[in-house]
Amino acid sequence: MSTVKLTVNGRSVSAEVEDRTLLVHLLRDHLNLTGTHVGCDTSQCGACVVHVDGRAVKSCTMLVGQVNGANVTTIEGIAKGDELHPMQAAFRDNHGLQCGYCTPGMIMSAIDIVNRHGGELDEATVRQELEGNICRCTGYHNIVKSVLDAAGRMKVSAAAE
Amino acid sequence: MGVEGIGASVVRKEDKRFITGKGRYVDDIKLQGMTHAHFIRSPHAHAKVKGIDSSAALKMPGVVAVLTGQQIVDDKVGNLICGWAIHSKDGTPMKMGAWPAMAPETVRFVGQAVAVVIAETKNQAKDAAEAVVVDYEELPAVGNIRAAIAPGAPQLHPEAPGNIVYDWEIGDKGAVNDAFGKAANVVKLELTNNRLVPNAMEPRAAIAEYNEAEEHFTLYTTSQNPHVARLVLSAFYNIAPEHKLRVIAPDVGGGFGSKIFIYPEEMVALWASKKVNRPVKWTGERTEAFLTDAHGRDHVTTAEMAFDKDNKILGLRVSTHANFGAYMSLFSSSVPTYLYATLLSGQYNIPAIYAEVMGVYTNTTPVDAYRGAGRPEASYVIERLMETSARQLKVDPAELRRKNFVTQFPHQTPVIMAYDIGDFNASLDAALKSIDYAGFPARQAKAKSEGKLRGIGFSCYIEACGIAPSKAVGSLGAGVGLWESAEVRVNPVGTIEILTGSHSHGQGHETTFAQLISERLGVPISQVQIVHGDTDKVQFGMGTYGSRSLAVGGSAIIKAMEKVEAKAKKIAAHALEASENDIVIENGEFKVTGTDKSIALPMVALAAYTAHNLPDGMEPGLKESAFYDPSNFTFPAGTYICEIEVDPGTGKTSFVNFVAADDFGRLINPMIVEGQVHGGLTQGIGQALLEGAVYDQSGQLVTASFMDYAMPRADDVPSYKLQHTTTLCPGNPLGVKGCGEAGAIGASAAVINAITNAIGHNKLEMPATPDRVWHAIHGQA
Ligand code: FES
Ligand code: FES
Repeated sequence: MSTVKLTVNGRSVSAEVEDRTLLVHLLRDHLNLTGTHVGCDTSQCGACVVHVDGRAVKSCTMLVGQVNGANVTTIEGIAKGDELHPMQAAFRDNHGLQCGYCTPGMIMSAIDIVNRHGGELDEATVRQELEGNICRCTGYHNIVKSVLDAAGRMKVSAAAE
Repeated sequence: MGVEGIGASVVRKEDKRFITGKGRYVDDIKLQGMTHAHFIRSPHAHAKVKGIDSSAALKMPGVVAVLTGQQIVDDKVGNLICGWAIHSKDGTPMKMGAWPAMAPETVRFVGQAVAVVIAETKNQAKDAAEAVVVDYEELPAVGNIRAAIAPGAPQLHPEAPGNIVYDWEIGDKGAVNDAFGKAANVVKLELTNNRLVPNAMEPRAAIAEYNEAEEHFTLYTTSQNPHVARLVLSAFYNIAPEHKLRVIAPDVGGGFGSKIFIYPEEMVALWASKKVNRPVKWTGERTEAFLTDAHGRDHVTTAEMAFDKDNKILGLRVSTHANFGAYMSLFSSSVPTYLYATLLSGQYNIPAIYAEVMGVYTNTTPVDAYRGAGRPEASYVIERLMETSARQLKVDPAELRRKNFVTQFPHQTPVIMAYDIGDFNASLDAALKSIDYAGFPARQAKAKSEGKLRGIGFSCYIEACGIAPSKAVGSLGAGVGLWESAEVRVNPVGTIEILTGSHSHGQGHETTFAQLISERLGVPISQVQIVHGDTDKVQFGMGTYGSRSLAVGGSAIIKAMEKVEAKAKKIAAHALEASENDIVIENGEFKVTGTDKSIALPMVALAAYTAHNLPDGMEPGLKESAFYDPSNFTFPAGTYICEIEVDPGTGKTSFVNFVAADDFGRLINPMIVEGQVHGGLTQGIGQALLEGAVYDQSGQLVTASFMDYAMPRADDVPSYKLQHTTTLCPGNPLGVKGCGEAGAIGASAAVINAITNAIGHNKLEMPATPDRVWHAIHGQA
């Protein structure tokens, strides 16, 4: 057992957990942040993607020991109060989700994609960048649409800030 | 159409919780005192269980119990059932072996559970499972259909000699023989329909809680049909009487058929929760999903089509072997029979059809309904045959289809189905135009000059949805009726709750069903709440599968609404001192036509509940229910055309264009409908290009993870071009047909037809991986 201390969605948290605990289980089981999902046992599906120090990471690939002192953001932490993150709004407006299970991971990956590429995104790039996130419902058509739409919105809101 | 009524692409009411991480799936739920289950599963495809030693495991930290198959049998928990009785050609009932929830004596597929560890934490349960020693005596196994029916093959169940469950037939064999006797041309094809793993992204999960004082169980489970689960768990598995068992299916992360069935894990969780008198939670891991979720498809088929000298179809002969895996899953028997062979007429006038289907046991995971269930297999047979026929007869594939289309409705096929309505030329024309078929030869020539092989492929699918008229399916052997229920509650303040027996696990019912109410009453969808997925809240209902939620469940809502409106009009007429025949409903108001007199819905509702001034003899309240049983199946149909390019150097297929023209009848929310089509198409393309469950000779599943089983990912598929043509379904009050399965039913044939067109011959099986395509182009290595 070890004590791990980190920042999650802007809040300092600490937990006493087994050393073998994965970040995703720390979030879900100890911090009750169940928006981050588990869809596989081989780090293939991306349902568990969160941001660690600003970068998209599959939270099933990190042990808690690796996130000591880190700054973690989950799907629960990206809206500003009642105001949805532009990526969240774009997924809703473009019907980028059906069952919603892959959605938190998709949104967290997509934000990272836009951040890394700035506004310079095209369909082929989005499709290639989403390789690590599996969705069984949407056929990706509307997810791609959502990400491209959000890229535009994020550019606008970045310019406004 | 109101702004939020029928035909409006309103954004989904349910989305906010999903995009903010507030969805509530089974694994998100924690109960006080909850324990965790981990199953011990057979590593062998076929073996005797000689003994289980759990003494070391029981001493490990946190272990509450280790329970075995023998104990569950001793406690008289029932064996798993198959709910659709099929009879062989000779009239004998299908032959089935017993399927206990955990195997006491014999395991018959890799992954079958033999015992379960219950512990304080998941990790403790997993650690202890390592310490349980199971003594297996390995038996010879059969990993595929061919091996199972070979002479001298190892036998799975003594009840089913030769590993044959049934040998079934449909149609008129004599008439088909006559048709082939006078044929000018015969086209023959041998096909494999590859086995698929459904892989909903949320793995199955269950939490069972037992209340000793009340002798009452609650089950949270990943189900498409919680009432059916409760019925089966009560009536057949002896868990508890129905009124002592509550089944809740909260947010469910996709189903595609795989969450229809009641699995051993739910049974064990319920049984164990009473044994240890603590809540028991089980959440499947992806490997367990691969090994234990019911798989789909897995047919081997020979099909022949007879044509006259004018290229009109005279007859169709089909012989199929269907792999059921090691046990007969809940609806497995109906999938390769009544859900498959009844659709073999496709969109065509075929005077005579004969099909025979042999259902076979193998030492593999049980196979059952997966998105489309039987209809993709039928569509694949017919549409591969039509394309092959066009090539062999040297006619245009579109024109050969057009020449044989059914154009008069209703149309009785020789295989039970009576098509009520359709316009197959309209969807073909829409698709041809959208893909610019006329320009294809030029595009193909240009691609050739660049060293690429360009191909175009068609698929004109039809499916039977809106499952199903209860009496009809009953006469065919179904153990259940397939109606749906609804209750409409107008609250005293005028807000509305709809209780539906359908279950949404991605389909967007909370929005679509609310739109039905908005259309009729003119109220915003925000005033309407859809309640589903809890047997304590909702009246008995049949659940969601077979593209039935809107056609059957939505029709039940309409029927209940009609009753609510009739009563509300009486109340309004009484209050306004008018005749109820003069009352019309507009924008949430009850108006007297031709006057400015009106009363708002909340006032009508309040009057119904205060009951101070109701018409003489009227009961208080404003709440009505309906059970709707459809009069026929619905028949969504359409044309998919796919244009692809193959790189002969690598064998890789790329999409140039994919066009889908569908006729789903009336669309309630076109945005949601299109989303359903995108998802279905991607699963169909997945089957055609990527996916395939592979067993080796010994029955080991070699594709048991996302590293080995190729799921379609974003850059494997194109953006789609969708078209809609419309003939309204005459069989239900909404004129709707169902859209959930079409894509998966029609897409795979279009893709393979395009690739075989590109490479110039037909020797290609699904999944058409680059390796297979390369070998198809260059000959076997
Ligand atoms: S759960 Fe982390 S990638 Fe699948
Ligand atoms: S929305 Fe269901 S898996 Fe993506």
